[in-house]
Amino acid sequence: MPILEIDHLQKSYGETHILHDINISIDEGDFLVLVGPSGCGKSTLLNCIAGLEPITGGTIRIGGRDVTGVSPKDRDIAMVFQSYALYPTMSVARNITFGMQVRGVDKATQDRKLAEVSRQLQIEQLLQRKPGQLSGGQRQRVAMGRALVRDPKLFLFDEPLSNLDAKLRVSMRTEIKKLHQDLNASIVYVTHDQIEAMTLATKIVVMKGGVIQQIGSPAEIYNRPANMFVADFMGSPAMNLIPARVRAEDGQTRIEIDRDGDAPLVITDPVSRNLPAEIVLGVRPEDIHEATGNAHLPGTAQDAGGDVMIEIVEPAGADTFAVTHLGGKPVTARLRAETEVRPRQKFPLAFDLSKVSYFSPQDGQRLN
Amino acid sequence: MTSNTTLLRWGLYGILILFALFYLLPLFVMLTTSLKSLEEIRTGSLLALPRAITFQPWLEAWSTACAGTQCEGLRPFFWNSVLMAVPAVMISTVVGALNGYVFAQWRFPGANLFFAAILFGCFIPFQVVLMPMARMLGLMGLAGTIPGLIFVHVIYGIGFTTLFFRNYYVTIPQELVRAAKVDGAGFFRIFWSIFLPISLPIITVSVIWQFTQIWNDFLFGVSFSGPGSQPVTVALNNIVNSTTGVKAYNVDMAAAIIAALPTLLVYVVAGKYFIRGLTAGSVKG
Ligand SMILES: Nc1ncnc2c1ncn2[C@@H]1O[C@H](COP(=O)(O)OP(=O)(O)OP(=O)(O)O)[C@@H](O)[C@H]1O
Ligand SMILES: [Mg+2]
Repeated sequence: MPILEIDHLQKSYGETHILHDINISIDEGDFLVLVGPSGCGKSTLLNCIAGLEPITGGTIRIGGRDVTGVSPKDRDIAMVFQSYALYPTMSVARNITFGMQVRGVDKATQDRKLAEVSRQLQIEQLLQRKPGQLSGGQRQRVAMGRALVRDPKLFLFDEPLSNLDAKLRVSMRTEIKKLHQDLNASIVYVTHDQIEAMTLATKIVVMKGGVIQQIGSPAEIYNRPANMFVADFMGSPAMNLIPARVRAEDGQTRIEIDRDGDAPLVITDPVSRNLPAEIVLGVRPEDIHEATGNAHLPGTAQDAGGDVMIEIVEPAGADTFAVTHLGGKPVTARLRAETEVRPRQKFPLAFDLSKVSYFSPQDGQRLN
Repeated sequence: MTSNTTLLRWGLYGILILFALFYLLPLFVMLTTSLKSLEEIRTGSLLALPRAITFQPWLEAWSTACAGTQCEGLRPFFWNSVLMAVPAVMISTVVGALNGYVFAQWRFPGANLFFAAILFGCFIPFQVVLMPMARMLGLMGLAGTIPGLIFVHVIYGIGFTTLFFRNYYVTIPQELVRAAKVDGAGFFRIFWSIFLPISLPIITVSVIWQFTQIWNDFLFGVSFSGPGSQPVTVALNNIVNSTTGVKAYNVDMAAAIIAALPTLLVYVVAGKYFIRGLTAGSVKG
């Protein structure tokens, strides 16, 4: 039985439609990440699930029970807010036990759960402090603790890491992932950070303008983006989206890409595909390699490519990024750090077409 | 350069001291006059210190001076004022806090219109409401009573107290209320456990403001009180005006100081919080 089912959910503020026909279903133990650019309606959707915003249409079921008109406290959820929303005048301990107190849980159980959760989150020494006396990371833990003592059917997280500095964010990310595994909790997690989405999720929902663009596992989203928006949004650096022309020849697909100051680059996809004449070729930077003549990388269908003019070289420690111009668009290749590549010189690049995506230039939808 | 700024600084202090003296002069005259005998007032200078200090005028003002035909001093009226001001301040502050909480955190359809109407209430001149209010009090059977005065002051104060509390609570992030809702707390629980504990500065502002307004009010007091319910301001007026024969300036001055003492006291005790409450608002953390 799905732990959360959202059916044809609509949400508008007056005449403004914020969410359009949202359908999501997740199973127990799933870690669902809602990701999308700022203002796309992620928080609104989360608040609808929590019951903090009334919905305009559709139904929401949690644990099989229709909770559409049910108040937040009766939905069996716990929520961590972006600002942490700790009660400023209460001690950390009171912050964590407030919910239980309101619900009339007996003191002994409160104390036991508080001890359990504060040990788990390593905040035992902070229990008597006020939120104002905590660091950002500590506040974040307390906010988590407040959710954890609930032991709810569903956890809701609204960008819980966005107020932390980069380093702390990475370590808290790992902790959240560990917590998810230890508790086998069901989680809906909002972020606009696609790396957070990729590392945490068992399932990702990509949203734009209140419309779901794609739902799938991180691998599906990464390898088979449903449209150019998802392709561009997920991955860093972003997927290269190169306008190209297609010819069918001898049961193979020939792809012609305009090159600055040179004849068009022609690469061959050995698979016969039914593609329109104009397409947009989507290739991840790591699927563009240095062409080494006979280079057939293990597991790839074929390398195909040619010489291109390199414009910028960006060494990034483990990798070196080389930027060129193809089909009128900047194209980034992720090369091994020791690659001998120089700006304003020609360099042989090869495309691994086994993971290539083809998009329609008209509507941006995936073609293969 | 530095000598220039020190010069400026001393100039500034000089001006400030001058202004302070100017403001303190009436108080000085009142205080010294109230401690002089009538004889000394007649013969001495207005600004001179009393040659022989006497507390007789204070005793008279407090317990024997005649206000109209009643010669019991300010005492009974002082208690009338206390009985009127304390409940009125408390009620208007509590109602204002609840109103402000609703306007700031529980937006409802038409909330803006309601708030505008309440704000408008702050700007209605006292004189405009005199007649309708008299009629209302008559209909409610509260005419000429202390509860009637409390009612008037509560109604008139709610606009201000609502404004104070709304502006204070509006700076508190909505997520706090949302978190509490998810925790299971309801309307009053959230108010009690989360909003009230952070409200001390604004409660102080509201109490000082309301107390000063209500204690010092004369117009409502003179319009809506009966013989047994006149507040101290009305009595003070009567004492000053009803002296027959020689004008007892010393008694008048003592009475005026007594009537003003409670508001002075409130400022001295809570003035620090008053300033803090007016400038503060956001709750960090
Ligand atoms: N009370 C409201 N009335 C009208 N429009 C609103 C209201 N609340 C939010 N919106 C609009 O709904 C849209 C979605 O807002 P939401 O907060 O869900 O975005 P988000 O995806 O969480 O963005 P972010 O990543 O910046 O947090 C925004 O365009 C916002 O302007
Ligand atoms: Mg948001």
